Amino acid sequence: MYAVRKWSVTHARGLNRFYTLFEKAVVGFAPLFRAIGYDRLERPVAAVEHGEKSLLIDCQMCGQCALSSTGMSCPMNCPKSIRNGPCGGVRPNGMCEVKPEMRCVWVEAWRGAGTMGEAPIMEVQPAIDQSLKGRSSWLKVAREKSAAGEAE
Amino acid sequence: MAEGAARRENSLRTAFAAGHFVLTSETTPPASADPAHVIEKVSPLRGLADAVNVTDGAGARVRASVLAVSAVLAQQGIPPILQLTVRDRNRLALQGKVLGGAMVGAVGMLCLTGDAVDQGDEPEAKAVFDTDSAALMRMARTMRDECKLPSGRDLKAAPDLMIGAADLPREPSPDFKPDALRAKIGSGADFVQTQYAFDLDLLRRYMAFLMDEGLAQQTKFLIGIGPIASARSARWMNENLYGVHIPDPMIARLEGASDQRAEGKKICVELLHELRDIPGVAGAHLMAPNQEAACAEVIAESGLLDTRV
Repeated sequence: MYAVRKWSVTHARGLNRFYTLFEKAVVGFAPLFRAIGYDRLERPVAAVEHGEKSLLIDCQMCGQCALSSTGMSCPMNCPKSIRNGPCGGVRPNGMCEVKPEMRCVWVEAWRGAGTMGEAPIMEVQPAIDQSLKGRSSWLKVAREKSAAGEAE
Repeated sequence: MAEGAARRENSLRTAFAAGHFVLTSETTPPASADPAHVIEKVSPLRGLADAVNVTDGAGARVRASVLAVSAVLAQQGIPPILQLTVRDRNRLALQGKVLGGAMVGAVGMLCLTGDAVDQGDEPEAKAVFDTDSAALMRMARTMRDECKLPSGRDLKAAPDLMIGAADLPREPSPDFKPDALRAKIGSGADFVQTQYAFDLDLLRRYMAFLMDEGLAQQTKFLIGIGPIASARSARWMNENLYGVHIPDPMIARLEGASDQRAEGKKICVELLHELRDIPGVAGAHLMAPNQEAACAEVIAESGLLDTRV
């Protein structure tokens, strides 16, 4: 929903704080996830994740969430799905080149990032891994961060 | 041919029209930016192969572009057949490649789906599949025969490419329906190049079936064969290449030879002569990865070109 999506960007800072805590909790659950089996969890968790993120940010389930680096504006809603933006086509009034009725996702991203203090939006995002599409980014974070934690 | 078509003669079409037993071969572009690496591989085929396929990102591995390598072949006097997969490009790019291919001197294009990206150099890449190989054939046919783009916009010159499709010879069991092949022919396949068909008994049954169905008469069948390097490589192909069956006696013959490589070429020459007598077969497509020279030797040794008038 477009209005909610805009609200999310306006409240990027708070939302990001919430997600940071949420991520810690998710990583904390990693041993439990492992016990149940990530493969078995994939579908139900992805479904819940999709429901929640669809409401807040019109999530497209790219499987590699970049929200905390993009001011809570989902780059996958960009018609060109660019992961580093905006592109050269953004209109002077901040509207999208392809969909003139929509605010540029990346203009929004910079707005949201501006409220977040630090600026992870300055980091260049890598090309998307297409094989992760439709999978849960939460489980990916749990799996990777818990593995990294053990390796330290 | 539509008015405005490029006036250059298409040597592949001429060879088919003359009723020759057409011989095509194949090269895979190098992972290199130096045209010398293409030239050294393909030059043995000059004057021997009627046309040479240039593979397009086979195995989803990165290599020099099919258009650039086709241009190099054409400059070398070797008529290229552009292989085009729908894996890496949307229809805009494909239509551009059809024009560009004809512009650099390609005589044909082989329309393919393309190997899956997950086994290649970049498993994370987006597989495009905006369209499929039959749709690509239709687009190329419209461009060639109507001198316009599928969108309706006129072309200044039509791309005079023979359109090709791939096929896999198989046992014509009672439940087998050649629907896919029929669709490809219906989409404009002027020629068909097949996967390796070393089992000529099976091939004879398959071609007889296609003759009965009236399909072989509607296109030009080029049967895939090649000089097998060794018994070991024959076994590897049987295990790893989909749809390939090299009969045991052939493997035994390779194994028993003092020079397996030479025996492989000899077998290939014999197969060429046998293929010529199979109704519905218009020629052969010689493939041997990184052994273009061996394919050239097979064509020369077969003496098939000497019988042409």
